Amino acid sequence: MCWQPSASLLAVRERAALLARIRDFFRALGVLEVETPIASRSATTDPALSSLATRWHGAGAPLYLQTSPELAMKRLLAAGSGPIYQICKVFRDDERGRLHHPEFTLLEWYRPGWDYHRLMTEVAELARAALLQPLLPDERIAYRDLFREGLGLDPWEADAQALSRAAQAQGIGDAARLRLTHDGWLDLLLSHCLAPSLGRGRLTFVYDYPPSQALLARCRDQRSGPVAERFELFVEGLELANGFQELTEAGEQRWRFNQDVAARVAKGQSVAPIDEAFLAAIAAGLPDCAGVALGIDRLLMRRLDVGAIDDVLAFPIERA
Amino acid sequence: MATYSTNEFRGGLKIMLDGDPYTIVENEFVKPGKGQAFNRVRVRNLKTGRVVEKTFKSGETVEAADVIETPMQYLYSDGELWYFMDPESYEQVSADAAAVGEVAKWIKEQDMCNLTLWNGAPLIVEPPSFVVLAVTETDPGLKGDTSGGGGKPATLETGAVVRVPLFVQTDELIKVDTRTGTYVSRAKEE
Repeated sequence: MCWQPSASLLAVRERAALLARIRDFFRALGVLEVETPIASRSATTDPALSSLATRWHGAGAPLYLQTSPELAMKRLLAAGSGPIYQICKVFRDDERGRLHHPEFTLLEWYRPGWDYHRLMTEVAELARAALLQPLLPDERIAYRDLFREGLGLDPWEADAQALSRAAQAQGIGDAARLRLTHDGWLDLLLSHCLAPSLGRGRLTFVYDYPPSQALLARCRDQRSGPVAERFELFVEGLELANGFQELTEAGEQRWRFNQDVAARVAKGQSVAPIDEAFLAAIAAGLPDCAGVALGIDRLLMRRLDVGAIDDVLAFPIERA
Repeated sequence: MATYSTNEFRGGLKIMLDGDPYTIVENEFVKPGKGQAFNRVRVRNLKTGRVVEKTFKSGETVEAADVIETPMQYLYSDGELWYFMDPESYEQVSADAAAVGEVAKWIKEQDMCNLTLWNGAPLIVEPPSFVVLAVTETDPGLKGDTSGGGGKPATLETGAVVRVPLFVQTDELIKVDTRTGTYVSRAKEE
């Protein structure tokens, strides 16, 4: 057992300074800092995530550790909180690697009355302030254009066979053997071939995702088909943030949760209760808003220019 | 049949792919925040030594390879096979030329080698990092020369040929680094 921290003391101090700059940023803008529960009776339905659970003697059932504070924060928005942010620990089972740790720090914030493009502008401002790089340029590229320009295919039109061929042509090891869904192929191509070159010397926002990857984002119809009003931020090939024009329709939201649960059942994943308090809050009226979650540990990695999340964690899970 | 999930992947893990045993050289977990997770691994084929890249969906399982690494003593060769013995169980195994390869020219009877066994049969034989071998033939060399500069070929008792300094003479013992195939120093009988 190794007792020493895996992060340098410089990284420990830089984390404190980074958090202070983020709080200053929001204080100056009048965005309220909030806290919501880490442990909850309900858990995410997202098939791409798995929750950790714990027990509380008063609950009579497991409590799930949040994978994101999103649903509880939306209950505050529905209650009329106005713009809010939170810095908190979130937990994701089955995620461990050079860039992943099962417990990490997320900054999440919501802007009632804003659209997601305006929020992207604010995310860029926050990133510049946090990284102490006031001149860092930013750019935006639509998900569809990213695939067209980078791989010469349209992610809405290309079928799984075409995506598989593209993966093989890109030299992804043993891609011919993989059996993936349409979205699985898109995830493979984005994470292996496209993302590594994004955000070089700049902040790159990718926006307007396929509707099958909408998650909690609103969708809109375009002449070329529906798109999900969602964005992600990449810096030096690293995925830093994910934001939505938030879905505010209770019926659509419940339908998506049910779809998620069906997908989880089909894959043999555990299923926790759906967050009925959140659905009730949306039904009562979630204001139109844009929201975003940003990984603090990865932001700190960029600030310090280090390659592994363990370089910025005092004690990674193997030493916890 | 033992299997490993991608969650258990780490450097050095031995797995079966397409009927061949492989060792994991490097494992990288790749996952979009909201999407399919992958393990991108570099693996070395233990039969051919070739390193290739493979991609797995996280959560997939692969068959474990029954591969162990163990020290064994080299006994003798009959010209076709090389025989090794486990110093604790006295169990013997024989390795063919494919497993022994170039190593044959470095090992002497009773040397301790590191063997990689797959299903009990030798796959890789690693010689000791340093071996002491007698010079069986080398040119007499020039008088008065010390170490450095030049050098000359010397044939060793195992048949290997290495470059040695000019002062090294036939019948002397020398120490050789088997990883680089180079002369290290003169040696005394151990």
